[in-house]
Amino acid sequence: MIPVEPFTEQVVFQRPRAMSATPTTYCPGCMHGVAHRLVAEAIDELGIRERAILVAPVGCSVFAYNYFEIDSVVAAHGRAPAMATGIKRVQPDKIVFTYQGDGDLASIGIAEILHAAGRGENLTVIFVNNAVYGMTGGQMAPTTLPGMKTTSSPLGRDTRTMGHPMKMCELLSQLDGAAFIARRSLHNPAEIRKAKKAIVEAFKTQIEGRGFSMVELLASCPTNWDMKPVDALKWIETHMVPIYPLGDYKRRVEG
Amino acid sequence: MAKQLMKGNEAIAEAAIRAGVEAYFGYPITPQTELLEYMSKRMPELGRVFLQAESEVAAINMVYGAACAGRRAMTSSSSPGISLMQEGLSYIAASNVPVVIVDVMRGGPGLGNIAPSQSDYFQMVKMAGHGDYKPIVLAPATVQEAVDLTVLAFDLAERYRTIAIVLLDGVLGQMMEPVELPPMRPLPATPPAWAITGAAGRAKNVVIPFRMQADDLEALNLELQRKIGAIARREARFKEYFIDDDDAGGDKTDLFVVAFGTAGRVALSAVKAARQKGIRVGLHRPITLSPFPDERLSRLADDARGFLVVEMNAGQMLEDVKLSVGGQAPVRFHGRMGGQAPMPDDIAREIEKLDEMTRRPIDHKIEGPVALRPASRPAQQAGSKPELTAPGTP
Repeated sequence: MIPVEPFTEQVVFQRPRAMSATPTTYCPGCMHGVAHRLVAEAIDELGIRERAILVAPVGCSVFAYNYFEIDSVVAAHGRAPAMATGIKRVQPDKIVFTYQGDGDLASIGIAEILHAAGRGENLTVIFVNNAVYGMTGGQMAPTTLPGMKTTSSPLGRDTRTMGHPMKMCELLSQLDGAAFIARRSLHNPAEIRKAKKAIVEAFKTQIEGRGFSMVELLASCPTNWDMKPVDALKWIETHMVPIYPLGDYKRRVEG
Repeated sequence: MAKQLMKGNEAIAEAAIRAGVEAYFGYPITPQTELLEYMSKRMPELGRVFLQAESEVAAINMVYGAACAGRRAMTSSSSPGISLMQEGLSYIAASNVPVVIVDVMRGGPGLGNIAPSQSDYFQMVKMAGHGDYKPIVLAPATVQEAVDLTVLAFDLAERYRTIAIVLLDGVLGQMMEPVELPPMRPLPATPPAWAITGAAGRAKNVVIPFRMQADDLEALNLELQRKIGAIARREARFKEYFIDDDDAGGDKTDLFVVAFGTAGRVALSAVKAARQKGIRVGLHRPITLSPFPDERLSRLADDARGFLVVEMNAGQMLEDVKLSVGGQAPVRFHGRMGGQAPMPDDIAREIEKLDEMTRRPIDHKIEGPVALRPASRPAQQAGSKPELTAPGTP
């Protein structure tokens, strides 16, 4: 008989506890899955799953509540920061975060996000910017790049009549209530790792009661950009990053 | 407990606090601002949440959030601000969470003015937002009643997990009257099991305002309709003056004024004046505008000569009175708009007009009250062409 080595198993990669096993409805190449995973990993690492509360937006990620194993609500379009404020104010010991797209946050919900930041509301915002309205079929968003063709700017965004991109990190970092404001991108593994660190830091900001925190994630929407997923990632790097520079816009240490 | 003199808006705020409101979110607007100001002082004193929101849109969504967390939450506003809250109210209805809203109505449309009005009847009673649902709407006529109905609003909102609205006009909001306040209630020790409180030691809770599949959304709608039906069966409330159900006497009240809130108060003076002139008129004052006391009005209509609806609008509750009366008796209307209140003399004149109009020259015991009813039309013969006749055509 040949002696058999006892089989030992070491888990090196698994689904975060804060993430559910439900398959997502997102398109192939969509970055929401990656963004969700980063958030779930951050929640697990910080050990806050049982007191985390998600406020999902209107848009593709309206279904985000299906993909996290945490208490969740869905807000009206743009109103997630107001709803999160209500949730957080009555239970300040919970970790409340919104997950919003660029149409939701930078257009219809601009008043709510500005005032949540202005009040220094102790919330975390995960802001996914893919420069278009995804769920309604790729219309122009406030974040659409100059010249970019969308289904509602078929000749390209003409800044003379359609305005310029709204730069939310730059805008919010001006407010005294904002404690941590950072922009990251999801276009390659190195940037994804940096995004994860920023998300962890944003949650830490809230855990320590330092005030409003937001991480903007540049993401692709291959379906509505009419690109192959890999080309779309390249396009983030070549076209979006120059308009939306990555980095920390606000980092306030004290509460 | 001793009575104290209080302004309507402040009395409602104190009543809400005693009923156990844990979070108030609001935005200044005349004529309800004293309610917000009162809350800004009292809520922090008690360690409860007060927040002045950036808009009514934000305020209602903050209320929505706090309610999802299972806490007693409320806001207050006035007509234009309530218009801005319609979206949030619809989401709240879809999510089956309890909230209390106070609407101190002012003149409309548009910016209107800051004078008292009842022109939000449609926007509150007939849904308050898109979709199929109905909130509970309570209409006080005195500051004391505003206090009592505010407490009831919290009870009903929680019992049915629904929106409960206290609907009053600027007169009641601004008026001072002696009130007896309810005792201070203890706050609930723990939020309800469905609340969004973090998934600690249990499966996750989810509160969402949508169902993507038609089957699921219809099921949600049916659930809402069942709830609305239960509320309609159990919760209709009204107050009546000079109306009795005693069929024995020959001088039974058979003319009815229907009016709510401040208009109901003014109408009561007119009813008293008309009765002194020998007119057998009474006042029916709905306290719940939703559910509407339609069964009671329908019963009154059985033997009624006529109805007069008095409102501080162009005739909004009038439609519900007509539906309840179901063509059994004529329904007349007297209304003032733009922040004007109806005057007792004008209402009394309308009562006299209705009395004259509906007085029959012959003994109605022979002809019977059916003379006024559309049911007295001859039955159609099968296959014959329906004959169109104007009401009253012999």
